[in-house]
Amino acid sequence: MLKQIEGSRAMAEAIGLCRPEVICAYPITPQTHIVEGLGEMVRTGDIKNCEFINVESEFAALSVSIGASAAGARAYTATASQGLLFMAEAVYNASGLGLPIVMTLGNRAIGAPINIWNDHSDAMALCDAGWMQLFAETNQEAADLHIQAFRLAEELSMPVMVCVDGFILTHAVERIDIPTQADVDAYLPPYEPVQVLDPKDPISIGAMVGPDAFTEVRYLQHYKQTLALRLIPEYAAEFKARFGRDSGGLLRSYRVEDAELIVVAMGSVNGTIKDTIDEMRADGLPVGLVTLVAFRPFPTEALRAQLVRARDVVVIEKSLAVGMGGPLANNVDLALRNVAGAPHVHSVIAGLGGRPITCASLHRVLRRALVQPWEGAHFLDLNEEIVAKELHHVRKVRRSGPTAENLLRRLGQAAEQSAVLGASR
Amino acid sequence: MNEPARTLDPTQKLHFYQKGTFTVGNRLVSEQERAVQASIDRSNALTCGHRACQGCGEALGARYAIDAAMRETNGQLIAVNATGCLEVFTTPYPETSWQTPWLHSLFGNAAAVAAGVAAAMRVKGRRDVRVIAQGGDGGTTDIGFGCLSGMFERNDDVLYICYDNEAYMNTGVQRSSATPPAARTATTPAMGPEPGNVFGTGKSVPKIAVAHGIPYVATATVADLHDLERKVVKAMRIHGARYIHIHVPCPLGWGSASNDTIRLARLAVECGLFPVFEAEHGLVTGSRKIRRQVPVDDYLKPQKRFAHLFGSEQGNKRLAMVQAIADRNIVEYRLLDHDGDV
Amino acid sequence: MFQIRIHGRGGQGAVTAAEMLSVAAFLEGEHAQAFPSFGSERTGAPVVSFCRIDDKEIRRREPILEPDALIVQDPTLFKVVDVCQGLKANGYLLVNSNRSLADLHLAAVAARLPAGHALTVPASELALKHIGRPLPNAVLLGAFAALTGIVHLKSVVAAIRDTFPPKIAEANVAAATAAHDAIAQSPAAVA
Repeated sequence: MLKQIEGSRAMAEAIGLCRPEVICAYPITPQTHIVEGLGEMVRTGDIKNCEFINVESEFAALSVSIGASAAGARAYTATASQGLLFMAEAVYNASGLGLPIVMTLGNRAIGAPINIWNDHSDAMALCDAGWMQLFAETNQEAADLHIQAFRLAEELSMPVMVCVDGFILTHAVERIDIPTQADVDAYLPPYEPVQVLDPKDPISIGAMVGPDAFTEVRYLQHYKQTLALRLIPEYAAEFKARFGRDSGGLLRSYRVEDAELIVVAMGSVNGTIKDTIDEMRADGLPVGLVTLVAFRPFPTEALRAQLVRARDVVVIEKSLAVGMGGPLANNVDLALRNVAGAPHVHSVIAGLGGRPITCASLHRVLRRALVQPWEGAHFLDLNEEIVAKELHHVRKVRRSGPTAENLLRRLGQAAEQSAVLGASR
Repeated sequence: MNEPARTLDPTQKLHFYQKGTFTVGNRLVSEQERAVQASIDRSNALTCGHRACQGCGEALGARYAIDAAMRETNGQLIAVNATGCLEVFTTPYPETSWQTPWLHSLFGNAAAVAAGVAAAMRVKGRRDVRVIAQGGDGGTTDIGFGCLSGMFERNDDVLYICYDNEAYMNTGVQRSSATPPAARTATTPAMGPEPGNVFGTGKSVPKIAVAHGIPYVATATVADLHDLERKVVKAMRIHGARYIHIHVPCPLGWGSASNDTIRLARLAVECGLFPVFEAEHGLVTGSRKIRRQVPVDDYLKPQKRFAHLFGSEQGNKRLAMVQAIADRNIVEYRLLDHDGDV
Repeated sequence: MFQIRIHGRGGQGAVTAAEMLSVAAFLEGEHAQAFPSFGSERTGAPVVSFCRIDDKEIRRREPILEPDALIVQDPTLFKVVDVCQGLKANGYLLVNSNRSLADLHLAAVAARLPAGHALTVPASELALKHIGRPLPNAVLLGAFAALTGIVHLKSVVAAIRDTFPPKIAEANVAAATAAHDAIAQSPAAVA
């Protein structure tokens, strides 16, 4: 049924339709509305047969989920940013134990400096922990991916993070089609664990594994993610057949057929990029886009197939590996490794800490990429003036003070103005 | 002159000096009073073949506690274990000595994981299946403290058992917040002006558990295994958050003889350093009285971790400080107050 | 695509206004996207919210830099924020005030817009009268419907009923209708 609702609410309803049995989360911006929505639905009975547990930390939230999942219950949690890091040990524990927990990650920057706005640093921080990671482009996809995530997680006994841009998606109100319970039930059968704590058949889960078998355990996790490369498109196709729309899958292409420049990006920014591409195409510029939905497993072959035809690839990402550059760009490089005549990959770091990515800025950087591509990471809309001033200050004075506060002071009132209007510089 | 041989009257009642113990052995004890461990029908949830040290107090306590819980729940029990000695020596890869469903997650989250298991059992309609979380003092009083308090606060239906050997033993005897003052550990060495653990530090998790107002809190000791079983059974008859803190000497970490484990546990009780008590909903309901008080020295001397307290003036001063702690416990928990409960 | 930017202060319901507007458009079969600028929330701080309306899927998610319409819930913001930045040449300006545009020093801005596109509405006073609290957000939507015709009043009314509990909803509906009718019936209410 079509509804005009907040993305968080749509996600809560979709998750509710998946018949979760234990929901346990700790509040953190921007995931709060999702969990609050679920809590209400449990209280009103819209979600039946479900325990909603309030805990004292994210570490506890995922730990409760681990216990519940190991005992055979369909478990769900949600977090962001600092919260994901606070549960980091449990994140590895859940995937190492092979528990099919589904988690919403409301993508948010990680401090310091503390920042509540959107970027992908949280997902990147734990992208190698053994969880699958799917990135939603729209709120419709955000809702749909949760349904697919439970199916995928339980089939492979491996947890899944559904990544949803904080605020941009979670707090946006838009038109979303909420499926029926019957359709979701037909798509997602009840959870059948491959391992379960049961007095009728006692087993020990979580023993130490020494050098003689640890590699094999990890290898099998890696192998499962290669199976996911096949399952993700299968489940997306099944989803389309039942629910009538494209959602999920490994990646999507937009106007790449004769593109000389292909952009690669994840998440909500893809919508803005599509509008920009249409405008550039209207000017005769041969540019296209590949939207990556699955980041883990990384769809190396599928991506390579889309990118080989181009001359240049521009990776636009909301993440920075400090000291290295763009982690997504690095992953894209992998897809083109050892490919003869492969396109050049150019890295753009954008949108960190919630800085809006505008059509105007995208036009500038993509048009530049067509004629004069750069080496290394390019920081979109970097305020070079305040950076230069800070560098100058730091060279002059030893006790130069906290960097963040210095920059903010230089921005002065303009900071509040820009933040309010989201104008790029 | 020869006295005629005396013969014992078979109907004469024999009185044993140590009243209230079972030192004559179970065969003289009635069936109902026998320990679960005395029964050949015991579940052996923690069965033989584990790799605990000779004289390990934790293995002893865990065996008694879990089998008592198994009997009380008709074997419908799931155990969640924190990282630590118990977890390591009971699951030496590729073996396990657990015959009940058992989950080891992390060091600091046993209480939360157990809450999750309990929630799953409720959701699945299996309310007969009960959950025990267990960990050492490190995993309980320090790194697991947040999750423990959260479990208490929510009144989750979990019995948490802490096996307190007063240090991080498995990693090489490092100090925890349960390490008593003056004790030598690898991170509070017997060196410098104040050798051993610092006075004025440490926390009593049993007291904190009482302060949470949960349905049942008890301390127990491997010196009184019947009492331990009784407390576990009592706890399993209650729903909600419960906490049992068991004092378990560690020969390796304490530097004591492996055959002294139970004796030391008893001395800890009898000198007042380990009060044995029960509490319900925030109020202490009773304590085990000290039969024959001994000075703390008797308890500390057989342990090498306290060796630096003996034979110096500074050592004597610090012994007196330890004695003061014992004396305070005796007053606080009325351990010599014999007109109270036993 | 029609883009509306709403300026207010925390506590005046600017975010809800954008959401209600998107619901009104949705009820007319349009695609609509509403989202706030995500600043630190505190009562009294400047808040901006956005609403896009289109007859096809809306893909872009950047803040609205060139609005077709501006709704200003608190005229004191003109001194603090460049409220009119990017307003399209044929755009609309709707300001919550019982003063004239000239008195608000907006005559020049209004003059650059087509006739009848700039308007003040005493929304807070209408809200006080009908709702009992000076919450201008729903009231301004009624005025917006009359001013621009982008959505119908009845859709705004339905959106209000969808958002608030019955008693509050009806009070807001009354106020919004009053604002709408005042403009619809006398379009010359321009400073």
